[in-house]
Order: sequence, then structure tokens, then C-alpha cells
Amino acid sequence: MSFLTLSSIQKSFGPVQVVKDFNMSIEKGEFVSFLGPSGCGKTTVLRMIAGFETPSGGAIAIDGKSQMNLRPNQRNIGMVFQAYALFPNMNVAENVAFGLKVAGRPKAEIDARVKEMLGLIKLDHLADRYPYQMSGGQQQRVALARALAPKPQVLLLDEPLSALDAKIRVSLREEIRMIQQQLGITTVFVTHDQEEALSISDRIVVMNAGKADQIGTPAEIYNRPATRFVAGFVGTLNLIEAKVVDPAANRVSIGDQGVTLREPLGTVKAGDMVSLALRPEAGSIAPDAKGDTALSGAVVSTNFLGSVIRTRMKVGDSIISFDMFNSPGLVPPAVGETVTLRFTAGDLLVISD
Amino acid sequence: MKKFWAWGALAIGLLYFILPLMGMTNFSLKMRRGVYSLDAYAVVLGDPRFQETFTYSVVMALFTILFGVLLVVPTAYWVRLKLPALRPYIEFVTLLPLVIPAIVIVFGYIRLYNTSSWLPLTGSITGTNILLMFGYATLALPYMYRAVDTGLRSIDIATLTEAAQSLGAGWTTILFRIILPNVLVAVLSGAFLTFAIVIGEFTMAALLNRPAFGPYMQLLGANRAYEPAALAVIAFAITWGCLGLIQLVSRFQKGTQSPV
Repeated sequence: MSFLTLSSIQKSFGPVQVVKDFNMSIEKGEFVSFLGPSGCGKTTVLRMIAGFETPSGGAIAIDGKSQMNLRPNQRNIGMVFQAYALFPNMNVAENVAFGLKVAGRPKAEIDARVKEMLGLIKLDHLADRYPYQMSGGQQQRVALARALAPKPQVLLLDEPLSALDAKIRVSLREEIRMIQQQLGITTVFVTHDQEEALSISDRIVVMNAGKADQIGTPAEIYNRPATRFVAGFVGTLNLIEAKVVDPAANRVSIGDQGVTLREPLGTVKAGDMVSLALRPEAGSIAPDAKGDTALSGAVVSTNFLGSVIRTRMKVGDSIISFDMFNSPGLVPPAVGETVTLRFTAGDLLVISD
Repeated sequence: MKKFWAWGALAIGLLYFILPLMGMTNFSLKMRRGVYSLDAYAVVLGDPRFQETFTYSVVMALFTILFGVLLVVPTAYWVRLKLPALRPYIEFVTLLPLVIPAIVIVFGYIRLYNTSSWLPLTGSITGTNILLMFGYATLALPYMYRAVDTGLRSIDIATLTEAAQSLGAGWTTILFRIILPNVLVAVLSGAFLTFAIVIGEFTMAALLNRPAFGPYMQLLGANRAYEPAALAVIAFAITWGCLGLIQLVSRFQKGTQSPV
């Protein structure tokens, strides 16, 4: 049985429906990320779980118990905010102790728990500091400790890394994941950063216009995007328009070059157009490649991106990008040069809308 | 050239304010013929009516501050948190005491709460004191509300409230353990301004016939020569002392600095 259940959740602000029939079941101890662009409704879903927004329809249950009539302070849910939200009038230890004091825990228990939490985030030596005396990364770690101190049923993280610089972001997300696994706490993480979501989640919910476009493991989301939106939003992707040649044989043409796909084309007929997706890292230059899993075209541009060199080539009316790992001896193809890109039949995905 | 006019304007402004003060202070020290002395101050400070009225006004000021804080902090907080669209209207209401004369307010009170009314507050000393405290709170409202509202603007009350709620806190805990401590300096600023207003207020206290410091100053001014000047200097010192305290407590505010 799932631990956190969201059933047909809906939310409207006036005439605007921001969350549409959202369904999700999260297992105990699972780390789930809501990924999507600004305005897709991911934070609204999180706020409904926390109790800060009331759903227009649907139900939310934790461990089988409905949360619909509970106020935010009755839900036993820990939350970490993008803006840290540490109480400025309290030092680190007082911030972490706040939830326990509100719950009326004995002083000895509070002191022990605060010590344990500060040890967990490795900030025991800063217990007497005030928020304004700490860096953003330190403040967010304290916010995490504060949210975890009262032993919540569920931990909600609302873009907790967005306000931090790139380096701190990477180290803190690893720390968050480590702590989450250590405590085994059910966690929902909201982000618009695909790399963050892919790197720390058990499952990802890709949200688009108030609904979940795809729910799956990071590998499923990245390798088998279910919709054009997911394909475009997660990672870099070539979207190629192809004409169906022989639906039974999964054969299509891109420009004047024919390719055969591994996956079935579905209910299409010859002459229909379909969208195919190809990751830039899926192909490689192979001058001798021929047949159903190769495409040739003229190089339009090459871009040096550090660890990789991204080359764009024109095939029919489509522009296809592909990446080559950078190495000192690598000579990228020149603009105008004709190159052949080889891939496997499984690399070309058929994308539905 | 621009600097010259700027300094000139400043000098004229300072003279405009300082010269009368210097004149008054000088006059207050001349009670004893031919020499400077503090006789006028000694007379004023030794007068039992001074002690009585000053104590009364200080006590009234403290109650007014307490009432003002309990009224304004939750109101300003709730308006900012839940009813932001009402802010302009609330601000307008809080500004009304600046345009409605105190005498109009107090006559309204007397008419509404006289001994033959449904709530005869003026029928007892305690009731009249309560009425006067309400009047003082009304007069101080523009300053107290603005001070608190400015303090609330400097913190992210929505997120702090949600953070506290997610940790199990109810509204009273949020208000008294999170919001109030974080706007304490603003509240103190409003409190000191309230104190200065109450200490010098005349109209309401006189018309409600309460033994406050304002009517005492007026009474002294009508019957004595040097003592009113000494009293004015004392009142002025109290006001400036309050403003100095606002500056002082502002320096001790925690948590306003930028992150490291």
C-alpha cells in the first residue's frame, strides 16, 4: 500500500485551473521529484500536500489517513523552502528546536534531538549563530535539520537549491539525498532543474500545464520520454519530422533517407508524418556506416562545450545535433563537410503529443 | 554654488528651530534675577501636581502602547498575510486621526459614551481612563501602524508563517514567537512615538477631565512665567529622549544584516 496518495487532485485559482486531475502514489521512504517549468503546478501540488492550499477537488492521504480536514500545523509534514525561512530572531539551535518546543517535548529530549540534527548536517559548531551570520548553503542545511527534527511523516522540499550557487547546489543535493536515505523519510522534491531531479530521485513526475505528463524512474524519463513535452524538457533532444513509408515494417524516411525503427509506429498509414526523437549523445560519426541506422548530412555548425563538441548537421528539412566526447586529438568536422551519423534502431523514439 | 544654497537652507532651517529653543531654555534659567539658575526646574519638579500628572500620563502611555501593540500588530500582520487588497483602505483609515481633530474625536466619545448612553464609560474614573486610552491609541494609530507595517515589510511573513505552521505552530505561537520578535524594533519605534504623543496630549485629557501632563502644562503656562518654559524644555527632552531610544534600539536589532 502506498504511503502518500494523491487522488484526482485539482486546483483552480478563479477561472484558471492550475492542477488538473493529478494522481500519484508514493511509497514509504521514496524520493519523488516534481519536475517542470515555472507555472506547471508542481509547487501548487506540494502546497496542497502541506495544507497551505486547499484542493478544489480530489483527496490526499498519508498512511491511509485523509489529510483533507487537517490544518498545516496538524499534518506532521516537514517543509524546506526556497528562501530558507529560518526565523531571524532565533539562533541555529533555537530554530531546530522550534518544532519540538511547539510539540511540548521535554527539554532533555529537545536538546538531544537538536544535537543529533546538527550532527546530521555537520553544523554542530554553529549552534549559536544567527541566520544572518551564515551562508545560504548553511542556512538551507539548518532549514533541513529544522524540518526533520520533529520526525515528520513526509518531507517536502520546495526548490530548496534554487537560491544557491552551482557548486553548493551539487554538494547540497547529494547531502539531502544521503540524509533522506539514512532516515528513510518519504520525500517530495520540487524543482525545475532536470539535472537535480535526474540525479537524486527514485522517481520523477514530469509536470506540464497542471498534469503529470510522465511518471517514471530517471532512466525511464530520460530514455523513454512519453510525450513530446517530456522529450523536449528533459535533456537535449533532436525532434525529427519523418514520413511513414511502410507502417508494418516500421519504416520511415527523413528527407530522402530511409530508416527502420525498432518500436512500432502505431496506427499510422503510409504518407503520414511522425515525430522522432534522438538524443545528441546517441549517435556517432561513422564514415562507412550505411543502411537503416545511419543518416548523412552537411555540417551546419560545431560548438565546443568543454567535455563534448556538439555538431549540427542538416538532414532533409531537419537539423540533427550530435555530441562527440572531446579529446586532445579530436578534429571536429568542418562546416559544409558531409558526415554520416550512425545510431541503433532503438535510439530513434517515436514521440506522441 | 548649489552646495552654498544647500548649506544656506540648512543653516536657516536650524536657526528657525534652534533659536526659539535656545531662547526658551535661556528664559527658563533666569528665574533668579541676574544669574542663571535651575530654580524654575526645581519648582516644577518639586510640584506634587507635576509628579501626579506626569505619573498619570506615563501610566496611560504604557497602557496605550500595550493596547496599540495588541491591536496593530495582529491587524497589520493579517492584512499583509491574508488581505493584501485591503491594505490601501486600512492605511486610509489609520491616517484619519491626522485629518480629524482630536476635539472632534473626543466630542464624539463624550456624545457616544456619556452617562445616559448605552455604554456610560464617562460615568466612572476607570471608564473615562479607558476612553482616554482609546483616544490616545487613535491619535497614535498613524505612527504605530506605519512603524509596524514597515517592520513587517522587511521580513517575509508569508514564508515564515508557513514554516512555523509546518512545524506545528498555531496562530498565537506564530504571532508572539515569530512575528512580534522580528518586528520588535518597529514596534518600539511606534511605542516611543506613542509615548511622546501621550505625554504632550492636551485636548482629550482636558475635555475628559483627567489629571494628565498636557493640561498641567497648560495650567502652569496660564499662571506662571518661568516654570512653563522649564516644563516645555522637560517635555522637549522627553520627546527627544524617545527619538534617541528609537535610534538606539534600531542598532540592536538581530537578523537584519545580509547573509554572509
